[in-house]
Amino acid sequence: MPILEVSHIRKYFGQTEVLKDISFSLEQGQALSIIGSSGSGKTTLLRCLNFLERPDEGSIRVNGETLFDAGGQKALSESEIRKRRLHFGLVFQAFHLFPQYTALENVMLAKELLAKELPSYKEDKKRIQAEIREQAKELLSQMGLSDRMENYPHQLSGGQCQRVAIARALALSPDILCFDEPTSALDPELTGEVLKVMRELADQNTTMIIVTHEMAFARDVASQVIFMDDGYILEQGDPHQVLEHPKEERTRQFLIRFTNG
Amino acid sequence: MEQIAEQLPIVVHSLNIGFLQTLKLFFITLAGAFPLGLVIAFGSMSRFRPLSYLTKTIVWIVRGTPLMIQLLIVYYFPGLVLHNPVWGGGETGRFAAASVSFILNYACYFSEIYRGGIQGVPIGQEEAGLVLGMTKRQIFFHVTLLQMIKRIVPPMSNEIITLVKDTSLARIIALQEIIWAGQAFMKGSQGISGAIWPLFFTAVYYLICNGALTILLDRLEKKLDYFK
Repeated sequence: MPILEVSHIRKYFGQTEVLKDISFSLEQGQALSIIGSSGSGKTTLLRCLNFLERPDEGSIRVNGETLFDAGGQKALSESEIRKRRLHFGLVFQAFHLFPQYTALENVMLAKELLAKELPSYKEDKKRIQAEIREQAKELLSQMGLSDRMENYPHQLSGGQCQRVAIARALALSPDILCFDEPTSALDPELTGEVLKVMRELADQNTTMIIVTHEMAFARDVASQVIFMDDGYILEQGDPHQVLEHPKEERTRQFLIRFTNG
Repeated sequence: MEQIAEQLPIVVHSLNIGFLQTLKLFFITLAGAFPLGLVIAFGSMSRFRPLSYLTKTIVWIVRGTPLMIQLLIVYYFPGLVLHNPVWGGGETGRFAAASVSFILNYACYFSEIYRGGIQGVPIGQEEAGLVLGMTKRQIFFHVTLLQMIKRIVPPMSNEIITLVKDTSLARIIALQEIIWAGQAFMKGSQGISGAIWPLFFTAVYYLICNGALTILLDRLEKKLDYFK
């Protein structure tokens, strides 16, 4: 059974249909890359998965559990949305780190707040906090940031910020980690260090959805590539097939622009 | 000059008592207007239209009319028009009426500063909190609030310094603050009459108070400089 099944998602902004009958599925431990030009609906799709937007039609299932069904029942309560949202993590293009917290605190904050809601928190406060801190430190070292934990975001480079953001998303152990053009705000040198940790995550079989313009990365890391155009999934399949031998003329045009710089 | 030296201890004692009343009004206004301003800010940002229109209208009226008129209306309207003197007589009544007027007036100004501060925090901050499973309440208190405070310290400092001086408007309903105390020596008080210098001398009190506040608020601003 696939870990994620997205069926017939449609999304309108006013009169404009930005997602048109989007369906795909993703297997546990695999990486999916979504490519396509700006305005093709890639970001909106990720935002729908993370409950930042509400699709007008269609359904989203994770591990066989229906998280969202536009046809189904009443609107979800905030706490219900929250619970479902935690199946996904999202790494933003512009990082959106919390500026008043250190790298370490950024990674710890959400987990701490969740822990505080546990009935057992008060008795076990010290141990729980130590655990959260340990886990956060471990994640940051994994991102190559052991010497940067006490720094504030404005003291870090863009590449370091994005790696903190990845650690922050991983801290909640999401089933599926989404990346929204994680390197588009970075210069080529910094792009490399972020792609490197993402590659490591893929090697550890982290289930990921990556919206990206890094074609070489998509080809090497993803087990599946989706090409989106004007709200449609125009083409999907094996990365080598989609990126090197696209069936659709539109995909070819898009890729030519990329290989020619 | 010799005469002033003789009068000085008496005048300073009187002005001190008046300034105590000034400070009381100042602090009570801050204590009331800080939270009330936040409530009004949320009201004016509400997606529930009637609420946002109502609060915006109140802010418009309060900011659009002189505080002095508001003081007079709050103090005299219940007694003279409604024949229901809620404030009672005496200094206590005057102080209560002045407090209500100042809190309402300053809360409206603060609300606009808060609104600017909240809306100035990038939407990405809230979205980052949401995808990390934080509730709106947690996001406000753990993410947005401090960033908002950092943004509003400079405009708030302006308002706070203005408030110190605005308390003198309470003179219009005969609240015994420092201006009232200084003026008393013109008409005659404690054996001193026809002296205008005590009134001029009150300026020193405002100046020293605002100097101290400026230093304090600058420090707060520097303290929040640890993040960008």
